[in-house]
Amino acid sequence: MNTPVRKVALACMVLFAALLVNANWIQVGQVDRLKTEPTNARQITERLERQRGGIITGDTQLAISVPVDDEYKFQRQYPAGQLYANVTGYYTLFTAAGLERSEDVFLSGDDDRLLASRVTDLFTGEERRGGTVVTTIVPRIQQVAAEALGDRTGAVVALDPATGAILAMVTSPTYDPNTLATHDESAATEAYQALAGAGSQPLLNRPAQQTYPPGSTFKLITAAAALAAGYEPGTRVPAPDELTLPQSTTVLPNFDGETCGDGRTDTLIHALTISCNTAFAELGIELGGDVLRNQAEAFGFDSTIEDFPLQQARSIFPDGLDGAQTAQSAIGQFNVRATPLQMAEVAAAIGNGGVRMKPYLVSELQGPDLKRLSRTEPAELGRPVTPEVAAKLTTMMQSVVSSGTGRKAQISGVDVAGKTGTAEHGVGEAPHAWFVGFAPASSPRVAVAVIVEDGGGELGTGGAVAAPVAQKVMQAALDTQR
Amino acid sequence: MTLPPLRRPRSADLTATFAGFPLPSGLELPPYRRRELLLLSYAGVLATAALAALTLAHDGAIGFQVFTYGLGFFSLWALGHLAVRRFAPAADPVLLPVVAALNGLGLVMIYRLDLAKADAARRAGRAIPTGAAQTQLVWTLLAIAVFVLVLAVVRDHRSLARYAYTAGLAGLVFLVLPIAPGIGATINGARLWLQVGPFSFQPSEVSKIILMIFFAAYLVNKRDVLSVASRSFLGMKIPRARDLGPVLVAWLASLGVLVVQKDLGSSLLFFGMFLVILYVATQRASWVAIGLALFMLGAVVAHSLFGHVQIRVDGWLHAFDGDNPSDTSFQLVQGLYGFAAGGITGTGIGQGSPQRVPFANTDFVMASLGEELGLTGVMAILLLYALVAARGIRAALGAKDPFGKLLATGLSATLALQVFVQVGGVMRLIPLTGLTLPFVSYGGSSIVANAAIIALLLRISDAARRLDEPVPDAPLFDPSAVSESPTQVVKTT
Repeated sequence: MNTPVRKVALACMVLFAALLVNANWIQVGQVDRLKTEPTNARQITERLERQRGGIITGDTQLAISVPVDDEYKFQRQYPAGQLYANVTGYYTLFTAAGLERSEDVFLSGDDDRLLASRVTDLFTGEERRGGTVVTTIVPRIQQVAAEALGDRTGAVVALDPATGAILAMVTSPTYDPNTLATHDESAATEAYQALAGAGSQPLLNRPAQQTYPPGSTFKLITAAAALAAGYEPGTRVPAPDELTLPQSTTVLPNFDGETCGDGRTDTLIHALTISCNTAFAELGIELGGDVLRNQAEAFGFDSTIEDFPLQQARSIFPDGLDGAQTAQSAIGQFNVRATPLQMAEVAAAIGNGGVRMKPYLVSELQGPDLKRLSRTEPAELGRPVTPEVAAKLTTMMQSVVSSGTGRKAQISGVDVAGKTGTAEHGVGEAPHAWFVGFAPASSPRVAVAVIVEDGGGELGTGGAVAAPVAQKVMQAALDTQR
Repeated sequence: MTLPPLRRPRSADLTATFAGFPLPSGLELPPYRRRELLLLSYAGVLATAALAALTLAHDGAIGFQVFTYGLGFFSLWALGHLAVRRFAPAADPVLLPVVAALNGLGLVMIYRLDLAKADAARRAGRAIPTGAAQTQLVWTLLAIAVFVLVLAVVRDHRSLARYAYTAGLAGLVFLVLPIAPGIGATINGARLWLQVGPFSFQPSEVSKIILMIFFAAYLVNKRDVLSVASRSFLGMKIPRARDLGPVLVAWLASLGVLVVQKDLGSSLLFFGMFLVILYVATQRASWVAIGLALFMLGAVVAHSLFGHVQIRVDGWLHAFDGDNPSDTSFQLVQGLYGFAAGGITGTGIGQGSPQRVPFANTDFVMASLGEELGLTGVMAILLLYALVAARGIRAALGAKDPFGKLLATGLSATLALQVFVQVGGVMRLIPLTGLTLPFVSYGGSSIVANAAIIALLLRISDAARRLDEPVPDAPLFDPSAVSESPTQVVKTT
């Protein structure tokens, strides 16, 4: 009887061997997959229990973790409430967004760059702590931009043209991330569902995530393509009162039925100054869709910024246009779409002598001891226009602000360059009001893009509605010592 | 009945470690018992260290009471040791300490989960629930009492074979008991428990043992008939159906009751147990083939007939499908997250969050241990179980009577199978079924029944380690045992 007993013993050992192999498979082989399962709330909680690093800008705390006496030990707080919600994002019991999401590994203390401090912690018995993320946002500009936009739906982006640093990024309406970060699970879920379901889309970061028809602000790109093709600011271009678009019966009028120049032709600089539709539509047809698209892509259309820490939408210049579509695209209508960040980049590149800098939001990373671990170096993304073209465009944009549609963006004692836009987006809807520009014109310290959706509810043009917002933001940027 | 002498008598100086403790007269104590005591003290140190680590993690300091508890735990199992010393002095010295170590880890983990519950209740401002650890400690005491009782009462395991049919009937009655109105209780959707006051008891754990005694006794009696009188079919020898009648009836009845009670795990366990013992008794591989075929058939039928079986299988196959696994596999997936959180070395006792897993101190106690002790701890625990099974089977190999062999093999294999079904289910190797982890899970019936199993194994081991009896009174049922006994040389290693 001992033979079958031995075989049973063998079978039992096979069962145990299977369990041992399986244990190794789960606790070693599958660990990474299991840990990153979206339904695995442990990872977030485990990190909630650590002192997460702060998100700061200058001396201002955008997001901090304060010790609390509950099961998660630390409560994430956003002291400024709504003001930086679209930048920091949120860190909840369940999920994360914004910088909280993209910089999570560093903020939670798992980043390899924090290894040295982790090793020290091991010996000193300190709990693992996260590093601090320093943003490029300037609190004063952010504050002014948010106030200038008020409760109108829209977005403001301010860039440093020389570096690409994002100085302000405002979306409206927005939300208070503190309501999501609460440790009361049902309250957090309720708050999230209310925000996610709201028609006004408060969770949307409009500056980078939403595309709009750029309207007349796109004329900067058409003008850049024209100047690159040999046109001069003084070149007279056809500018009829009405333009019947090629291969169609559609008639393109000027805004409010205005007359450009002498009613038949106009100089390029004057056409931009008064935002003459027919002149730029003719120019677009003359240059052709491909030239326009190449110019737009050189400014960043049809691509996204690599390693950008926030979600982005792609700005689009459509392909395969016929004559009528090219004419409409040349004035930023038809299917042309741009994010406010993209239009701010266009202004910044022109202001920066034709050099397009890579926009960035995180200026440096600090260890728990506030020692700098890494610093973002400004990076060049390309040269969409030559310095000469940039200089001519700047002159033309100065004319827009000094004597054209953008007069409300004037700052006393400073030359401001800019371009307005009043973008149609559907029959019966009030057009979006745009303004893009930079100041001072000669060596800009700030470039902005402002959009007020539907003109803020009234039938307002970019010059009337968006330019005053841009003016305040640029003024604030020039007032701020950096 | 007088016990036969020990196989390897030792000199008197090696005998009583505890001077003055009454020993069976005329017996010299081998060093086994001192080894057992030494190993038991290791188990005590392990449990105390685990409790110390827990208090350190939870309170930030180790109080003196940790050592009091540790000493109390050791003393508890030392009672069992003294009983072995008194009633089975030649028995295997490894089984008891290994079981004590498993029990100690289980107790600390159950206490750790109590602390987590109490903390959560305190934060939420609710009343602090009664701890499961105290209850489990009472059950442990009871289990040791049963352990001592079994050793004291069953002085010769062969006497159990006399009660074969009584055991068979009692086993079935125990299985049916929970269905009876008044005393039966439904817990977590399965009617498996007897409720008496605050204590609930799962009688299928007890019937597991007594049905095993019935199977073993009956098959020893019939094994010649079963292995000889057979026809050939497809190259395999098929036994006659009428020889198997009573066993099949008992088996089908127990399975039927289990199916009615929706206890998937126990069904599986009984089936495997039956198959093992049948194979050993008849030495016919055909039984294994028939059994596995029956199992496949049963599995397919059960899957198509019973919703709860389908749920288990779906939860196993599609554990991670869908955004939220709360549909059918929430518990399983949470358990796996626990294992993953533990990784190789674990978070350390008291430093993970095993309370996130449902049923963390019963069905998913392995996930709790896996999280806080890591792969290292899981492998150590699995090896401890493997050691119990190996030692039990070693007792079977040494046993001089077929009934002892059959019983020891069956009990050891059942334990191994239970661990496999339990841990395999929690680790998603096989579909999840409701079984307890012997000696570790929170639950009274499990630890009491398993303590009785260990007592029986020690009893058989004790008999196996003694010299052959000169009197041929071995055959109680089996005439062939007489002709076999002289040739059956038991090797000692």
